[in-house]
Amino acid sequence: MAFENLVDVESPIHDVRSEAIKTFEDEGFPSKRNEDWKYTSLNSILKHDYSVFPKQENHTEYRDIKKYLINDIDSYKIIFIDGKYSSHLSQTTHEGIDVCLMSSALAKPKYRPIIENYFNKAATKDSISSLNTAFSQEGAYIHIPKNKLVEKPIQIVHFSTGNESALMLQPRNLIVVDENSHVQIIERHQSLTENPVLTNCVTEIFAGKRSIVDYYKIQNDKQSASLIDNTFIKQKDESHASVHTFSFGGNLTRNNLSFYQEGERIDSTLKGVTIIGDKQHVDHNTLVHHIEPNCESHQDYKGIFGDRSTGVFNGKVLVNKEAQKTNAFQSNNNILLTDKASINTKPQLEIFADDVKCSHGCTIGQLDEDAMFYMQSRGIPEKEARALLMFAFSNNVMNSVKIPEIKQRITKIIANKLGVNLGFDL
Amino acid sequence: MKYTEDDLREELKTKEYEYGFYTDIESDTFPVGLNEDVVRAISMKKEEPEWMTEWRLEAYRYWESMIEPEWANVNYKKPDFQGISYYSAPNKKPKYESLDEVDPELLDTFKKLGISLDEQKMLAGVAMDVVVDSVSVATSFKKSLGEKGIIFCSISEAIREHPALVKKYLGTVVPQRDNFYAALNSAVFSDGSFCYIPKGVRCPMELSTYFRINQAGTGQFERTLLIADEGSYVSYLEGCTAPSRDENQLHAAVVELIALDDAEIKYSTVQNWYPGNAEGKGGVYNFVTKRGICEKNAKISWTQVETGSAITWKYPSCILKGDNSVGEFYSIAVTNNYQQADTGTKMIHLGKNTKSTIISKGISAGHSQNSYRGLVHISARADNARNFSQCDSLLMGNACGAHTFPYIEAKNKSAKVEHEATTSKIGEDQIFYCNQRGIDTEKAIALIVNGFSKEVLNKLPMEFAVEAQKLLEISLEGSVG
Repeated sequence: MAFENLVDVESPIHDVRSEAIKTFEDEGFPSKRNEDWKYTSLNSILKHDYSVFPKQENHTEYRDIKKYLINDIDSYKIIFIDGKYSSHLSQTTHEGIDVCLMSSALAKPKYRPIIENYFNKAATKDSISSLNTAFSQEGAYIHIPKNKLVEKPIQIVHFSTGNESALMLQPRNLIVVDENSHVQIIERHQSLTENPVLTNCVTEIFAGKRSIVDYYKIQNDKQSASLIDNTFIKQKDESHASVHTFSFGGNLTRNNLSFYQEGERIDSTLKGVTIIGDKQHVDHNTLVHHIEPNCESHQDYKGIFGDRSTGVFNGKVLVNKEAQKTNAFQSNNNILLTDKASINTKPQLEIFADDVKCSHGCTIGQLDEDAMFYMQSRGIPEKEARALLMFAFSNNVMNSVKIPEIKQRITKIIANKLGVNLGFDL
Repeated sequence: MKYTEDDLREELKTKEYEYGFYTDIESDTFPVGLNEDVVRAISMKKEEPEWMTEWRLEAYRYWESMIEPEWANVNYKKPDFQGISYYSAPNKKPKYESLDEVDPELLDTFKKLGISLDEQKMLAGVAMDVVVDSVSVATSFKKSLGEKGIIFCSISEAIREHPALVKKYLGTVVPQRDNFYAALNSAVFSDGSFCYIPKGVRCPMELSTYFRINQAGTGQFERTLLIADEGSYVSYLEGCTAPSRDENQLHAAVVELIALDDAEIKYSTVQNWYPGNAEGKGGVYNFVTKRGICEKNAKISWTQVETGSAITWKYPSCILKGDNSVGEFYSIAVTNNYQQADTGTKMIHLGKNTKSTIISKGISAGHSQNSYRGLVHISARADNARNFSQCDSLLMGNACGAHTFPYIEAKNKSAKVEHEATTSKIGEDQIFYCNQRGIDTEKAIALIVNGFSKEVLNKLPMEFAVEAQKLLEISLEGSVG
C-alpha cells in the first residue's frame, strides 16, 4: 500500500491496522449484490477522486462554525477540521474524566490498557469498518471512569473545509463508560463548502455496568456530503444506552448501528427521525443482538420522504437461545410525499429463544386527509397543517430526547426544512 | 398415571411417519442423469409436439448456465442433479373407465391415505385427478365438468388435446429462466394438472389433485397450469403425502395461475410430505415456484398448510397487474424435529387500487427453523395500493428458531402498507387457565395452536379444513415444553 509510509508503524494498533487493510483489499467497497447493501449503491459517491490524507493546514475561525454548535448549554467540545484536531476551537479535559483525542491516546502509554482492551473490539470486520480501522488517524477519545456523572454534554463535531477538491474522512471515536457513570454525547458532521466529502466514521461505545449513555447524532449536512456512519455499542449488565439519529441533510447517508447486549437487564433504545427531499438517500441499518436473558430493546424510526428521495430501513433483531425473557420491539413508520420518492424497508426478526416477546410493525402511508381538512377548516393554512402533522408524526422520537436544547435545535431544523414557522417549540 | 410433558415429548420423538409406506407398482424408470437426450426422451415419451420439445430444451440450456440459489435460510446437502432419474411412470397405463379396472394395489394406497376415490366422490363431490409418480392414472367427474366446458386433465393430455391454450399460457407467469428450479422443472416436468375454466363459468365443485411421490430415487417435477377465463371462478385443492424413505427426494414443482378479468382463483394446498425422521435423516426437498397473475378486477387467493418436507422453499406469489385486482396469502407452516422451512409470498402491485393481504402463521418445535420471507412491492404507477401483512410465530421449546424477513418496497405516495410481526410462546397462564378448567395440557396446547392458526384454517375449503386441523395436531403432538 502506498499509504503505509504515512501511517504510524510504531502505534500499538499497527497489527490491527495491517489486518484491516488486508480485509478491505480482499473485499473492497460493498456492492448491491451484498444483501446488507441491497438498496444502497455507493457507486455515485465513489466516482470522485478523494484524497485520504489532507495536507493543507486550514484556518477556520469560531464565527465560521458557531452556528453548527449547540451553544446555549455549557459543553465539552472536540472539534476536527478536515480530520485534524483543532485545539483553539475545542474544549477538552483530563480532570476526572478523559475527553481528548484518539491520536494522543494512541501515543501515550498511560492509555495503553484501555486501547488494548477496547480498540476495535466492538467494530465488525466488514470492509467499510476495516477501511476506517486501516486509515483512521484521529477522532474522539472519551473515557469516563467509575461513578462519574458527566455534568456537561460532549459535542464531537467534524468539519470539512473543502480545501481539497474531494475529501474522504475516516474519523474514529472510542467511548468507554465505566460502571455507574453517565454521559451525554452529541455528534455532528458538517461540511463548510460544496466540495464533495465522504465521511466513513466508526464509533465504538462500551457501556459498563449500570451506566447510562445517551448519544445524539445530528445529520444535517450539505447535499455534497455523504456519510457512512458505523456505530457499535457493547453493553454490560443493567446499562441503558440510547442512540437518536436525526437525518435531514447529506447526499447519501448510511447509518450502521449495532447494539450487543452482553449482560442481563440491559435496555437499548434506537430512535430516529428522517425527513429528506431532493435526491437524498438515507439508509438505516440496525442490529440489536440479544445475547443474555431479561433484556429489552426499543426501536422507533420515522421517515418522511419527499421529491425523489429514497429511504431504507433494515432493522434486525437477533435473539440468542440463551436470551430468554427478551422484550424486543421495533417500529418503522414512513410517509411518502411524492410518487418519485420511494421507501424500502426490511424489518427482520431472528429468534432462537422461545420465552420472548418480540414484535415489529412497519407502515407506509400518507398524512391523514381528515386531519388536514379539520385543521384547514379551522383556519390553519395547508402548509402549516401539513407541518403540524409531520411534527406530530415524529413526536414519539422527540419525546425521549433528554436535552431540551437539542429538541429545540431539531425542531428549528425541521421547521426550516418544511419552510414554516409554527411559533412554538414542540 | 399423569401424562407429563416429558411423556408427550417422548411420544413425539418416537412417532413414525404415519403415512410411511411404499407401494410396489412396476415403474418405467429412466436411467439416472440429465442431458439433452433425456429431455428429448421425456418429451417423446409424452408424445409431445415439436414446439414443446424445443421449449423444454430451451429451458434445459438456461438451467445449465444457472447456479443453485443459496440465499434461503436453510441448510442442506445439495441434491446431485445427475444422480436422479427424471422420469418414472406407473408401468401399465391403461385408460380406465371405472375404478374397478385400476391396479388394486394403487387403490389400496389411496385407502391408506384415506382418500379412496369412491369415498371422495360420494362424500364431497370432488373431482380427482390422481397423480402417482407423475402420470395421471385416474380422472373422475370429467364428464360433468365437460358439460360446463371446463377442461381438467393432466398437462400432457392438454398439450396433446389443447395445444393452443397451453402454448398461449405456459411459461407466461413463471418463465423458463425464472429461477434454477423453475428452469429444471420446465426442462423435465413429467406431468401435472391443467385446468381451464371458460368465460363466466363458476366451477361447481372443488377441483383436487393428490400428489404422491412414489418410486425410490425419482424426483418429481410437477407442472400445473390453471387458467380462469373472464368472470369465472374456481377453487383448486392440492394435497400431498409421501412414503417414508431415507434418501432425500427432490421435488421442484411449478404452478402457474392465470386469472383473467373479473376471474377468481382459490388455490389451497395441504403439504404433508415425509419430513425426515426424528434425527433429521431423510425427508423431501420441496423447492416450489408458485405464481399467479391477476388481470382487471381478478382475485387470487393462496392458502397453504405446510407440515411436511425436510426442506421447504416456497413462495406462492401474486402479480397484481390489472386495476382493482386482489391478492391473498394465508399460510400455516409447522416445522418439527430438524425440518427447515423458508416460505412466504410476494405481492407485486402494478395496477391501480390493488389490494393484498398476507397472513402467515409459523409454528416451530423441536430443532426446526421456520422462516417467513415476503416481498410487498408497490410500483410507481400503482395508485391507492393497499397491503396488510401479519406474520406471527409460535416457538415451542428452546432449540428451534423463528425468522422473519419481510421486504417492503413502496414507490407510490398513495400506497398504504402495514406490516406486523410477533413472536411468542404459548403462555403458561393460558395453559394454566385451561388446566384449571379441567382441560389437560395436551388438549390445551392443541386448542391454543388451533386458535393461533384459525385465521388461516378458516380460509380452507371445509373438507380440507378438517384434514388440516388433524395434521396440525399430529405434527405438533407433545412438542411443547
